[in-house]
Amino acid sequence: MPEYQNIFTRVQVRGPLHAGVPVPTGPWEREGQPFYSYLLGQLGNAQVGPFYLGSLGVASLVCGFIAIEIIGLNMWASVHWNIILFIRDLPWLALEPPAPAYGLHLPPLNQGGWWLMAGFFLTASMVLWFLRVHRRSTQLGIGTHTAWAFAAAIWLFLCLGFFRPLLMGAWGEAPPFGIFPHLDWTVAFSLRCGNLYYDPFHMLSIVFLYGSVLLFAMHAGTILATSRFGADKEVEQTVDRGTAAERGALFWRWTMGFNATFESIHRWAWWFAVLTPITGGIGILLTGTVVDNWFLWAVKHGVAPQYAPLYGHITDPALTAQGSK
Amino acid sequence: MFKLYSIPGIALIVAFLACFICVLTFERPPVDVISTGDPGVGMQLLYNPAKVNAALGMNKAPAALPPIDAGPPAGKAYKNVQVLKNVSVGAFTRLMVSMTTWVAPQQGCTYCHVAGNFASDAKYTKVVARRMLQMTIAVNQTYTNHVGGVGVTCYTCHRGNNAPSAIWFTGVTPGSAPGIAETNMGKNLPAANVNGSSLPSDPYTPFLLNNDKISVNGTTALPEGNKASLKNTEWTYALMMTYAQGLGVSCEFCHNSRAISNWDESTPQRVTAFYAEAMLRDLNGNYMVPLTQEFPPALRGPSGDVAKIDCATCHQGVYKPLFGAKMAVQFPPLEGVGAVPATVVGSPAMPATMSGGSGQP
Repeated sequence: MPEYQNIFTRVQVRGPLHAGVPVPTGPWEREGQPFYSYLLGQLGNAQVGPFYLGSLGVASLVCGFIAIEIIGLNMWASVHWNIILFIRDLPWLALEPPAPAYGLHLPPLNQGGWWLMAGFFLTASMVLWFLRVHRRSTQLGIGTHTAWAFAAAIWLFLCLGFFRPLLMGAWGEAPPFGIFPHLDWTVAFSLRCGNLYYDPFHMLSIVFLYGSVLLFAMHAGTILATSRFGADKEVEQTVDRGTAAERGALFWRWTMGFNATFESIHRWAWWFAVLTPITGGIGILLTGTVVDNWFLWAVKHGVAPQYAPLYGHITDPALTAQGSK
Repeated sequence: MFKLYSIPGIALIVAFLACFICVLTFERPPVDVISTGDPGVGMQLLYNPAKVNAALGMNKAPAALPPIDAGPPAGKAYKNVQVLKNVSVGAFTRLMVSMTTWVAPQQGCTYCHVAGNFASDAKYTKVVARRMLQMTIAVNQTYTNHVGGVGVTCYTCHRGNNAPSAIWFTGVTPGSAPGIAETNMGKNLPAANVNGSSLPSDPYTPFLLNNDKISVNGTTALPEGNKASLKNTEWTYALMMTYAQGLGVSCEFCHNSRAISNWDESTPQRVTAFYAEAMLRDLNGNYMVPLTQEFPPALRGPSGDVAKIDCATCHQGVYKPLFGAKMAVQFPPLEGVGAVPATVVGSPAMPATMSGGSGQP
């Protein structure tokens, strides 16, 4: 009997290798001879391939490659083409957006022009990949849920790097392309706007993010726990509930009085996941455009308490004669 | 059992290595926590006793020579005494001997003085030392809002070294890349002075030499004219990291991180730190920069600039230099007793850099 209470997949089903349903007529075919992999079978399906790139996939990869090249070569140049430093310092390196003084104008290549170009190609790559996922779904005859979930992520990416800089009137408001630099930028963003944690849409985004994690764990746990009674047929049991579905439902009604159905749990999960970047993006767009200091906003609207000064009232010394010296 | 050539096997080995490397970066517990704010807001100062003990050992004030105040004024007894003119010969000699142990214990008097002709200004070190004496007196007299009753002496910064160990030079001008690639951004490289982050590595030039605005936060909930950009913020953030690192504290020493710019939620230490900013601009602009040409080129920075001062120069990783040891009071001339006011000796000029463009984009 398969052991489902394990981090790793213990069952590898191996039949004849298959390429799947026929592709509608076009210039592209599925590429590569499918094969079985024992190691990959411990994580997911043991069959690897065939792949289908298509025109959208190829265009997306080309744009993505150009973006990564622009970012990587500029990073490499910033350590004077030293390969050791490039590898050692890679987490610190970045391609920086233009200085705020350039506004929304085109800066010289070495002062943010490359950043604009990398951003264009990266965006093109992601939009093309969205279209590819959408087209693959349509041609397989399945729903386009995955494509729209990816679109939600693209929305947050564009809010940070495109829509908000447009609203603020400067490309310099956008994050740099780099590992630590974009994290430092994130902290700076929160510092500049008086603490992003008081932004209600940031709060919502956190709720959906943590909620997604919680739902993922609850659902995956329930299905694995009831698999021995046939929960692996979870979609069928949506309408034809077997003992697995009944036991899973009973478990949650006993522990919290209410339960999802085998169908609704997937809708909860999808919406929680998709709403994370959607609400996050709204929170970003409001920052600096219509709200300048989220802490003061939160105090004004009763969201955050204003504590009595612990050390007595302190006047900003910049406002006093002594400080302005 | 599992096989090594399997996902569990590989995962276990990788996880073990990752944990091992992570643990090596940890600070050994225990950590002492001191709460300084309202409950639940995380106003906590964290101190590792092992590190505190090490700092206590490294930040001890040296024993002062027995006080002497006898003899005629040094200006009458010796030639070419320009600053400590009215200090008694006894106090003058005591200070000179102390200065030697503070700044040039290896080289002795001749680090600054020409042997046989102590009045000579032939050595650049003597010219610099004279100006530094004026600077020390100015700090003790003018900036009591920062140095309080503790004051400063040469030892506060020098600690037995010819040059203080923590000094800074101006970095690259952001956006000054010579070629077509985007380099020289002044950030996005590991910067030890900003806690090893990728933040700007020279936040000093815009704020502690030039007078760029440090505060980036608006004082109103809605936008009412606050134009500070996110890049301004990164520069300010980097400057604050140098403050924290220079004093061996975290943000919570001065700020309540829930409302970092709010003065009423801050600690009194933030006001003390604020006064240091004007002081450092004065010391760098009016004392250090005019000495640039005195220093040999080898002791100047990459762009030929003079060594300059930030928090770490005096504090050296401690919230009060030498843990607040009151050294200055033991040397009245350094508090200005018997010294000629600095304005009479030289006219401090505003350096050209202060009116020019700033290093901040």
